[in-house]
Amino acid sequence: MEKTQLELVRGTLDVLILKALVWGPRHGYAITSLIRRQTDEALLVEEGTLYPALWRLEGKGWVEAEWGLSENNRKAKFYRLTSDGRRQLRQETKAWNAYAAAVGKVLSARQPPLAEET
Amino acid sequence: MARMPAWRRYLRWFGPDPAADVNDELRFHLEAKVGDLIERGWEPEAARREAERQFGDFSAVQQEGERLGKEREHNLQRRDYWGGCAQDIRYALRTLRKDRSFTIVAVLILALGVAANTAVFSVVNTVLLRPLPFPDAQQLTWLASGKSLNAGLLKAAGLSGVTYTVSAYEEFRRHNHSYQSVTSYNPFFGNSEYTLTGLGEPEPVAGVMVAGNFFQTLGVQPALGRLFLPEECQKGGRPAVLLSDAFWRRQFAGDSTIVGQAITLSKQSVTVVGVLPSSFDFGSIFSPGLKIDVYVPAIMDNLRDWGNTLALVGRLKPGVSVAQAQAEADVLFPRLKAAHPEWEMDYSSTIIGLKDFVSGKLRRSLIVLWCAVGLILLIVCVNLSNLLVARATARSKEFAMRTALGAGRARLFRQLLTESLALSTAGALFGLGLTFAITAYLAHQASIALPLLNSVRVDAAALSWILLITVATTLLFGFVPGLKLSVGNIQDALKDSGQGMSVGSKYERLRSLMAISEVALACVLLMGAGLLLRSFLNVLDVDLGFQPSRAGAIKIDYDDGNSRTRRGAVLQEILRHIDSIPGVETAGIADMLPLGRNRSWSLAVKGKSYRKGEILAATARIVTPSYLSAMGMHLREGRDFTWRDSSKSQPVAIVNQSAARRFWPGEDPVGRILVVEGADTLVIGVISDVREDSLEIPAGPEMYLPETQADPEGAELVVRTKLPPEALASSVLKTLRSLNPGQPASEFRPLQTIIERSVSPRRFFVVLVTSFAAFGLALASLGIYGVISYSVTRQTQEIGIRMALGATAPQVQFGVIARALRLTLAGIALGIIGSFAAAKWIASLLFGTTPTDPATFGGIVLLLGAVALVAGYLPARRASRIDPTIALRSN
Repeated sequence: MEKTQLELVRGTLDVLILKALVWGPRHGYAITSLIRRQTDEALLVEEGTLYPALWRLEGKGWVEAEWGLSENNRKAKFYRLTSDGRRQLRQETKAWNAYAAAVGKVLSARQPPLAEET
Repeated sequence: MARMPAWRRYLRWFGPDPAADVNDELRFHLEAKVGDLIERGWEPEAARREAERQFGDFSAVQQEGERLGKEREHNLQRRDYWGGCAQDIRYALRTLRKDRSFTIVAVLILALGVAANTAVFSVVNTVLLRPLPFPDAQQLTWLASGKSLNAGLLKAAGLSGVTYTVSAYEEFRRHNHSYQSVTSYNPFFGNSEYTLTGLGEPEPVAGVMVAGNFFQTLGVQPALGRLFLPEECQKGGRPAVLLSDAFWRRQFAGDSTIVGQAITLSKQSVTVVGVLPSSFDFGSIFSPGLKIDVYVPAIMDNLRDWGNTLALVGRLKPGVSVAQAQAEADVLFPRLKAAHPEWEMDYSSTIIGLKDFVSGKLRRSLIVLWCAVGLILLIVCVNLSNLLVARATARSKEFAMRTALGAGRARLFRQLLTESLALSTAGALFGLGLTFAITAYLAHQASIALPLLNSVRVDAAALSWILLITVATTLLFGFVPGLKLSVGNIQDALKDSGQGMSVGSKYERLRSLMAISEVALACVLLMGAGLLLRSFLNVLDVDLGFQPSRAGAIKIDYDDGNSRTRRGAVLQEILRHIDSIPGVETAGIADMLPLGRNRSWSLAVKGKSYRKGEILAATARIVTPSYLSAMGMHLREGRDFTWRDSSKSQPVAIVNQSAARRFWPGEDPVGRILVVEGADTLVIGVISDVREDSLEIPAGPEMYLPETQADPEGAELVVRTKLPPEALASSVLKTLRSLNPGQPASEFRPLQTIIERSVSPRRFFVVLVTSFAAFGLALASLGIYGVISYSVTRQTQEIGIRMALGATAPQVQFGVIARALRLTLAGIALGIIGSFAAAKWIASLLFGTTPTDPATFGGIVLLLGAVALVAGYLPARRASRIDPTIALRSN
């Protein structure tokens, strides 16, 4: 189970949470399991960081919360993406892709860059 | 996600609970995890432990959650609140714009009320509350000698009775332990009047002699140059002068190179050593209404033999109280007197704070003024409340509708308060503008002899006062309609067609009460103003003892080489030329005019023996022949001086009745002998008393001595004419110039201006209080009119029915007017009770009238009645013109 446990890069948790909510309202536990399953258990989000992050997102107005009933009919707090949150997610996704591509280019390079033309 | 059924929301029925939310959320998480683990085959107990282990520090997350939750809740509430406020303000502005005439009237009334209050507060603040414009001003004290003199003598002695000799000043300065520094100036300003020559026309210059440490003691630094050096204050030292800021700007166009240069003052070359800052105005503190141009060092050795010449000001050591200084002085002066048997009095002193000296006499008047504007503000509030209640009545349906649509009472209340806040803010802004105008006007009224008036301005204190007033008025006049609203009944209001029903009449009772209280307040104000006005008229009416009309006076300058014989010749020459000017009836010269400066000399009456220590004194005025007739004084007995009373002939004097009564009770003073300055002086005449110090105080003993037999302090030429005095001004000045080219371009002022000046403080208060009272009266009549007019509107139908049943127009009119009069009478009854209390309280400000003056009281009652009649008549006329057929059809 704990084959390739990855440390979460700082600042990526927010965007992961936002992305998890794209598929519809979800409570905290569902968010962790969604991320865990989607990353093939490579990323494990700890509760100690997940909830504060969720509440902060709520404070910023990117997600909004509502009490509802879980699958097994228990009272749970569901989070839903707001339109501000959706916009934020698009921006951060773009930024992340650019970042990952850049890092990837460097790491996958097979030879040093050509000398700069002066 | 499934919606939570309503019944499961019971836990949050009493509002949000962030802590419980966090707990619930985290517990759900744990349980979900435990459930998952059990599904995967864990033992329940082990599954719980594993879930908790994975979770980590539960309570830390919980605390973090509670903190964030509370913060969010807080933000949410704040956003809601401000959002609501913005909505309220938008709505308030919209409704006020819609009701334009109401808004204009309300803002205008408020602006006037606020302006009156703030302007008066600025004056009160400057004169009473703010410390004097000196560093550590609370350490400064005023010393007045004459504590041991009896009241009569003290009055007879005038300024001389509260001043000190150089010796007394120096001894006190040396031996006291209470003061860091004691200083003095010469308050007999006639000793320091100069003529500035060498710069165009000769100019009169008013100066004051101050001790060398005067400015250091007060803590005044020169704006330019330096203060006096010790050697400049010694006999024979280099003559030096300091300029006042105003004089420097006026005469030298603010040229800073003047410092160090010499100017010519009364033919003496004097070096300008510095210029004082504009913040220092000697006159506004020590002698209201007096403009001092230059300051010269008081050369103590020159003043030593002049008798009481110095007024004392001291700066206490830190931590020493006025009472301690007083206690020390009480012991010190008798000891000094024992060491100086040659002193004429013991100089026992009364010590008061300099601030009390400056403003003590005005305290009562200013507080009265303050209360008057307070009353005005109260009337303004009641009036506005009245207007708002009227509006609330008209809007009761609107409010009922909004309540029905879910607006809470608190929300509607807030809406009303927002409206009144908008009104009072607008009123305060306009009022602030008005206040600036008023204070700027007051600060430039040099002719009002009130201390510190020139430094009246709108400062931070006045601004906070405005803020306070705004908030207070908002609460006061916004509160009542709000209160009324909260007892209203929605259903009634919605059913009520607006007129003739229960809610309307409830409002009306409240409005009647308000109108009554307005009348009562205005009544108190009017009574106070009436009594003060009557006192003012009484003051103007007193028998001055001289005729101010058709006479004028001008300061003159002449050169007599300090010889009495020569002075006689010079003055006789001047008067001969003046007399020959066409239109001049008669002219005379005196060193001091009544209602201005004074000084007194001690004297003895030959042939009477006095107890040891008993001192006689009289105000001394040095005059030429025909001065008495030029002033229009009344010689009751004996003769006037003539030019034959010369320096070589028998010394003679004329006394006033008060002196005659005091020195020779029941006897004829003519032919008696007074001992003045060691010379036997024959009394040759008696004149009627002249108001010498103030119009309100009868004269003390006075004696007149001829210019040829005593030494005057300055000279005032008095000219009595057949023409208006102003018409003579240029020819008099031309004649004086032809005799003495150095005659300064002094102002030839009608004697009436001297009286104006003397009554100016009283006039100032009377004008203000009277205009406040008039404003109050206008507001009260507006209040009555509003109530009556509204009740007529409300009763249109009823009146219509009565008219249809045969009531005549006069009957209808009478009914309406009677209602207005009933309100007014109730107000007057309350007001008179208040007036009695108020009148007792201002009794000390009254002159020649009792606090319960029946004429004033009767007059005010009639005035209020008449105003009520008018205020009632207008709606009454409207009522009598109601057409029954139309009235019955409406609604």
